[in-house]
Amino acid sequence: MAPSKEEVFEKVKEALVDALGVDDDEVTPQATMVGDLGAESIDFLDIVFRLEKAFGIEIPRSELFPEDILTNAQYVRDGRVTPDGIVELKKRMPFADLSQFEANPAVQEFSTLLTVNDLCRYIQSKVGVTE
Amino acid sequence: MRWFWIDRFVEFESGRRAAAEKAVTLAEEQLDDYVPGFPVMPASLIIEGFAQTGGLLVGECRQFEQRTVLAKVGRAQFFREVRPGDVMRFEVAIQDLRDDGAIVHGTARVGDQLVADVEIVFAHLDDRFEGVDLFFPADFLTILRLLGVYDVGRTADGKPLVIPARLLAAEAAANREGPSSEPDAAR
Repeated sequence: MAPSKEEVFEKVKEALVDALGVDDDEVTPQATMVGDLGAESIDFLDIVFRLEKAFGIEIPRSELFPEDILTNAQYVRDGRVTPDGIVELKKRMPFADLSQFEANPAVQEFSTLLTVNDLCRYIQSKVGVTE
Repeated sequence: MRWFWIDRFVEFESGRRAAAEKAVTLAEEQLDDYVPGFPVMPASLIIEGFAQTGGLLVGECRQFEQRTVLAKVGRAQFFREVRPGDVMRFEVAIQDLRDDGAIVHGTARVGDQLVADVEIVFAHLDDRFEGVDLFFPADFLTILRLLGVYDVGRTADGKPLVIPARLLAAEAAANREGPSSEPDAAR
């Protein structure tokens, strides 16, 4: 049976606590992975591994980290993602709230925007959830 | 000081697990000043032993073509001091292997006593490092031989490990040219 949203959040929280050494109460849905929880690029390898194990799923890197879009000259101009690029990002990452990024689509800002809630919504899209 | 924190592999099962031993002796410099008057093996260098045991296990999965580096110590617990005369046994197992890195679980024991239990993350350096060797291939093969990787190493189905042709070619070239000469463009 598919897990509930709460169960998804609890498991995501456990993975983040273990991978990042943060406290339980720091992992809120609104917390950003990089800014609030201090995740560095190498931590994502660890986080992805733990999430795959916890949920029995496979997580291709490109689904969470659309580097190919962010480095594609077609979608990036002067270090900023173009409107076409935003469309591509939304297509690739329907689980992520990109409204803040749209206001200032600087490529270097992108990695700092992913929140715990985005991650939960991504997992939900992979495993399905019961309400 | 030579940067070897294991002495030899005693088991090596490609892609899965490996075990290595390290004898700790009072003659080693790292014991001199770490805790003066109380020679113990620094925990940080026990981590390096895990990194060497696990790193070679991970690197071998892809014939040492990727540049594998220790990226993160996710968890490390230590249970017992390691003193001169102790022989540590490192055991590592690959939990996950992917294009950008690997997660390895490891334990170290002296006899039947647990010394350390760790989880470490290795990264494969990306394309920006394309063509950069972390080691000279011929020297690297010498290290692999010294550590007994190809003496005890077995493939997943139990056959002896095969030395990658790239490393053998580098070794043969180095033997022809002598230890420190430049590559000969005319050859």
